[in-house]
Amino acid sequence: MNTHNSFDERFVFEGKAKNWSLIAIAIGVIAIIAGFLVNADRTFSNLLLMGYYFTCVCAAGGVFCAIQYAAQAGWSASMIRIPQAFIKVLPIAAVILIAIIAAGIHFTHDVVIHGQTVAQPYLYAQWATPGLTDPKSPLYDTMVTGKSGFLNIPFFFIRLVVFLGLYSLIGLMLVKYSENEDEIGGMSNYKKSFNAACVFLLVFGLTDPLFGFDAIMSLEARWYSTMFGWYNLAALWVSGLAVITLTTILLKEKGYFSWLTEDHMHNMGLYMFAFSIFWTYVWFFQFLLTYYANIPEEAIYFYKRWEPEFKPWFWLNIVINFAAPFLLLMARDYKRKISLLKWVSVIIILGHWLDYYVMIMPETVGPKGRGFWFEEVGIFIGFAGLFTFLMLSALSRAKSLVPKNHPFLEESLHHHI
Amino acid sequence: MSSTKFILGLFEDPDEMMDGIHKLQQNSIPIYDVYTPMPIHGIEAKLGIKDSRLGYAAFMFGTLGGTVIFSIIYYAMVHDWPINIGGKNAFAIPDFVPITFEWTVLYTAFGIVGTFFFATHLFPGRTPRVMDYRATDDRFVIAIDAKGNIPHEDITNLLKEAGAVEVKHNDRKYVSYE
Repeated sequence: MNTHNSFDERFVFEGKAKNWSLIAIAIGVIAIIAGFLVNADRTFSNLLLMGYYFTCVCAAGGVFCAIQYAAQAGWSASMIRIPQAFIKVLPIAAVILIAIIAAGIHFTHDVVIHGQTVAQPYLYAQWATPGLTDPKSPLYDTMVTGKSGFLNIPFFFIRLVVFLGLYSLIGLMLVKYSENEDEIGGMSNYKKSFNAACVFLLVFGLTDPLFGFDAIMSLEARWYSTMFGWYNLAALWVSGLAVITLTTILLKEKGYFSWLTEDHMHNMGLYMFAFSIFWTYVWFFQFLLTYYANIPEEAIYFYKRWEPEFKPWFWLNIVINFAAPFLLLMARDYKRKISLLKWVSVIIILGHWLDYYVMIMPETVGPKGRGFWFEEVGIFIGFAGLFTFLMLSALSRAKSLVPKNHPFLEESLHHHI
Repeated sequence: MSSTKFILGLFEDPDEMMDGIHKLQQNSIPIYDVYTPMPIHGIEAKLGIKDSRLGYAAFMFGTLGGTVIFSIIYYAMVHDWPINIGGKNAFAIPDFVPITFEWTVLYTAFGIVGTFFFATHLFPGRTPRVMDYRATDDRFVIAIDAKGNIPHEDITNLLKEAGAVEVKHNDRKYVSYE
């Protein structure tokens, strides 16, 4: 075992990683501009998709840190700087997501409904269109009116700001304590981290399902599923784990984090395997309950995804996100093979893009507006570049890649399973 | 020819026991097995024990369980006596998934417990085979098959040298009665 690790080593963000992430951001900007010129509808949907995905991945970094601290886990101490870098990006991601949503509600396009031209917002048209709750308006909808105590524009934004603000705030406290720990040592910061982590998990566990309801489920405002929050939580967590794993492996390939061994990666593989199955469980039981009860008001969600334009994607989703990690990560030896783990995490990252795609597109653009071309690819690349750029910049600002005075650091360096 | 069947080296300290294993291996004395009251890090690699194959058994049992119940419900609900339930097809695959999943888990759980009992000669009601009682309490025991491993004094000296608090020359393999 290598016992001469340099813990003062810092991450230097330059060269290929920097250039390529900037190029990716440029591709994204071009795709967004071109998308607005060609098809504003689909561009807004893709912005929402990637804005949500981006925020979720950053929030998953917070969940990862909080779980490690709350469980007093030792093995992850030497890699905790990576999810901490995710947390540092979360406030920016939250601002971008809220800006996308605000723009999507503010800007309208004309849609013909029952022979009438209506100025509908690009996003959340089902409840945010003016007139839906006005009894005198021809658009009056009793069901949306009944939900308007919760689903109205001011309260919707208050919730988004409060939830994302709380995740960012408590997440950044975790980072702060860890950095203080580097400076002064001792147990006081670790104890504070433990408390903050418990609060984070409590707040996150209670509000993340609501965040999922707001950001994604309310696109189809007349439909609801109590499993949707869990479903989004599972997607958030498993895609976040895949991004953490991929980041770690790529940094390791560049020569950083030389102390991380296949044992640490084995743990990440276990995590991805377990939570891919959890995701499948929630996905499937949301589907099964609807299928079994067969009530039209519930089945509408799957009816929309049963259209010929969406059906192959709908099934591909479960194949990629269940079968691939299940079969490729089942055996112990496979989880310890870093090259395989890298590709599985890429599959999961792309698979959960598809998952969000199947959640969002049938509601916003519908089967006729569905497409897969430069808007989807370009905006994905743009956000991936933005995430890489911000996250690696945050990592390069960290004074060391290891929390030097973490009480479990030795355990992590000798992690063996 | 002595009647000794097994030589046991009893250690108080796991590090000294690891040292004992090392010394025996350096002198090419084959170790029959090692018994410890707690798991010792890295001992599998040291003794060259292969990875457990219980995982393969788990996979086989799981596959068996899933196949068995899927066949049963297919026979019952599709082939033998199809019933119209809510207008769905008789072969409504989503409805089959939960029970198939449950039987997969059930067979896996019982299967690996049974396999483990079988492989380790453990079973409820059966007297466990124990070479030294204190290996379950406060002694770390290295067992050496005495047959062929002579002279026994050299083994005893090696173990003592490594820090064994006691070396036993047992005439029978197990101290517990079967």
